[in-house]
Amino acid sequence: MPDIAVETRNLSKRFGSNEVLKGISLAAHEGDVISIIGASGSGKSTFLRCINFLETPDSGDVIVAGEKVEMRQRGGRVEPADRQQIDRIRSSLGMVFQNFNLWSHMTILENIIEAPIHVQKRPRAEAIEEAEAFLAKVGIAEKRDHYPAHLSGGQQQRAAIARALAMRPAVMLFDEPTSALDPELVGEVLRVIRALAEEGRTMLLVTHEMKFAREVSSRAIFLHQGRIECEGAPRDIFTRPPNERFAQFIANSAMH
Amino acid sequence: MDIAFLWSTLLAILPGVPTTLKLTAISVFIGLFLALALAAMRLSGHPLLVLPARAYVFVFRGTPLLVQIYLIYYGLAQFSVVRESLLWPFLREAYWCAILALTLNTGAYASEIVRGGLQSVPFGQIEAARAAGMSRLVMFRRIVAPLAIRQALPGYSNELILMIKSTSLASIITIFEISGLAYKVASETYRYIEVFFVAGLIYLSLNFAITRAIQALEHWLSPHLRPAPATPLLNELKAV
Repeated sequence: MPDIAVETRNLSKRFGSNEVLKGISLAAHEGDVISIIGASGSGKSTFLRCINFLETPDSGDVIVAGEKVEMRQRGGRVEPADRQQIDRIRSSLGMVFQNFNLWSHMTILENIIEAPIHVQKRPRAEAIEEAEAFLAKVGIAEKRDHYPAHLSGGQQQRAAIARALAMRPAVMLFDEPTSALDPELVGEVLRVIRALAEEGRTMLLVTHEMKFAREVSSRAIFLHQGRIECEGAPRDIFTRPPNERFAQFIANSAMH
Repeated sequence: MDIAFLWSTLLAILPGVPTTLKLTAISVFIGLFLALALAAMRLSGHPLLVLPARAYVFVFRGTPLLVQIYLIYYGLAQFSVVRESLLWPFLREAYWCAILALTLNTGAYASEIVRGGLQSVPFGQIEAARAAGMSRLVMFRRIVAPLAIRQALPGYSNELILMIKSTSLASIITIFEISGLAYKVASETYRYIEVFFVAGLIYLSLNFAITRAIQALEHWLSPHLRPAPATPLLNELKAV
């Protein structure tokens, strides 16, 4: 079995009185493509955001490449003990957001070389060369000197994927990458994600695209009210849903 | 129209321009640091910092600059603590009293402009910076500050224009900047309309220069807000 790339143990998170995550344990091995699915409000995005600490979990552990993130209590709140550890771990996790979140004052190329140069301190020439390769790979090489506002949503999201790849991450995290796109633009982004999955990249993917999840992922987990309701290989659980709630969920999704 | 008189008035008032510009430059420069500190206090979320900053802005925005100048120039000297302090060599000079009042004043206004600029930075772009592993310092330098400055620039150019005009109040406490010299010429000649017409023209040209400079800066800083560039001809030729 390959090494574990990222793991959560008993991860919990609440917003006020709303318990969003109720103890989620998950291990992603190298090469795994794990789809996280569930109704809105099931906690799937929060779970993904806890892995790179855009949200701070209240309890439980996150372990990235064998390194456990140290937490501490301070003034009744839990926070990371070591900011530098967080920054280091974040730069090994490539995050792709629902709303792309490209830096609007930088060209597409500048967006992609920003973290390699200013976070990872890599030589500029090398970063540019690699960025151009990634841009070609996601199919927008000719947009390198354009600003994000000049690109379509699908192009922006492909640029954002290139930006995440440029950090040479051990794991890619996708947070509903096609949910903000017009229907006719969804396909071009899914094609890029599918190509990455076929390369054997380790990926966690929060998505509403059931058909896509079923086709690309090696494992799917279904969240309901902050718990893992069921999980397994897509070909098993989609054809023979192990529980009633999941059966109902995929039946509802299929109608849309 | 008495061109000769207008010309001689212009020559008499022009020596005030450096004083006006110096009053503005020094108080705007120091005031900007004050504004950054106040904005940081406002955004800290800590009541012990937020409340004093809010009170400061309230007081200095809510009272006329003229009143502040009087209080500093005539008022401070009443206190022996001030007269015996190390700052007295400065505070007994009308020039530095004017600079102090202008600085405290622009600090209050500019802090609100800075705060607005910082708050305008889209949260998603900050999250993307965090997710990329940027430290707070790198994130501020590379993402937050550039976006905030572009947003704050139009408001700040307004503030600069107001500051140029506000320096005219320094003439009240014996400083011979543009308005002070104009008043001197006018009271000697009783030709108020012509003299202050010339003074107005000088202010107008100073502010014209400032407005154009800031516009150029804004244009240079905001390529991302302009229409997309056409595909360079060279690329199209290559593609053929």
